[in-house]
Amino acid sequence: MAADHRAALNDVRALLAVVIYPLQQLTDVPIRLLERMGESFTRFNDLLDENRRLKESESFLKTRQLKYAALEKENIRLRGLLDAAYKLERQVLVAELLAIRLDPYQHVVTVNKGSRIGIKEGQPVLDENGVAGQVLRTTPFTSEVILITDPNHAIPVQVTRNGLLTIAVGGGHIDQLVLPYLPSNADIQVGDLLVTSGLGGVFPAGYPVATVNRVQPQTGRAFSMITATPLASLDRSRELLIVAPHVTDTPVDANAKP
Amino acid sequence: MPNHSRTGVIVASFAVAMMLRIIPWPDDWAAFNPDWVLLALIYWCIALPERVGIGVAWGLGLLCDVLGGKILGQQALVYTVVAYLCLKIYRRLRLHPITQQTLAVLGYLLFAQLLNYWILNVKGLGPIPWNYWLSSVYGAAFWPLVFLLLRYLRRTFHVQ
Repeated sequence: MAADHRAALNDVRALLAVVIYPLQQLTDVPIRLLERMGESFTRFNDLLDENRRLKESESFLKTRQLKYAALEKENIRLRGLLDAAYKLERQVLVAELLAIRLDPYQHVVTVNKGSRIGIKEGQPVLDENGVAGQVLRTTPFTSEVILITDPNHAIPVQVTRNGLLTIAVGGGHIDQLVLPYLPSNADIQVGDLLVTSGLGGVFPAGYPVATVNRVQPQTGRAFSMITATPLASLDRSRELLIVAPHVTDTPVDANAKP
Repeated sequence: MPNHSRTGVIVASFAVAMMLRIIPWPDDWAAFNPDWVLLALIYWCIALPERVGIGVAWGLGLLCDVLGGKILGQQALVYTVVAYLCLKIYRRLRLHPITQQTLAVLGYLLFAQLLNYWILNVKGLGPIPWNYWLSSVYGAAFWPLVFLLLRYLRRTFHVQ
């Protein structure tokens, strides 16, 4: 057990993982096929509706993207004035969830990209709405992703309203994070947005994580009972984005000072 | 019939059991999904103790560890201990009517869950709800079915 924690047996695990990979595929493929069949029986009108909605959202996003590009340039220029390094957006890789369940008491999912294409332990994982988790283990063809709601997972966060720093721990339910380390007089309220603070070095700063949904001061205790709802749709999304590690994370300076 | 095809029946039964283990049931049902691999292991330990024993249990356990994202050796330890207990009294278990066998299997499944529970606690995995233990009851409820099916397969394919 201790040997496993020190990652001495990673090669053995990788070998065993290759042995069971066909089993995982055998379980995954029929379920995937059933879903595919369900899709192909979708009504024509539904498809038209969906198409229209997607087109609308695309033009909306494109407009925002224009504004975003301008803002990014401005940000780089201003940071250049302040002499601060600006971090480029990191590369992301799309990975698909396998339709298999590991353990009902752990929030760990399996995705179809592994160490063969360079996934490493500790890489942050996002979905389109927010932070989902981080890579826990890799095998040649698959990797296991621990979600932020796992009771063994903690993520450093920041309240956007006032910059308050704290840690969000998994609540053990798929829709719950707990903030156990905030004193009763901390300035936090229902509806506050929590983003990654970038402390700890695993998650890049500024990605949305959750919104606070309950703040309850506990009489006689120094800490309040605060819970938050993750923004990432952890139990619904089929695709996850795995963010590239630090190596590609080159600081860019607008004035190009060495 | 050549020997390897007979081994194939055992291997196939374990493979199917492992697939049943990782089918993504909805959250509410997932807690009830019994340990099919352990059920198959108990059957083969009782039926063919000279072929499926502690070594097979250990290897199978290691595979299940990787399959379930557990600590390498957790399930292996559990399966090894249960296989040992089965091998100790397989002669008696064979003679029991199926109802009594079911009770014994319930005992084995609960014991396996208890071992898992201890290991999880050492690892520090939050509170575990009471319905964790129900999966053993469901497993035992499925035992007659598993037993009859595997016995049918064993007799049809002359696995011995």
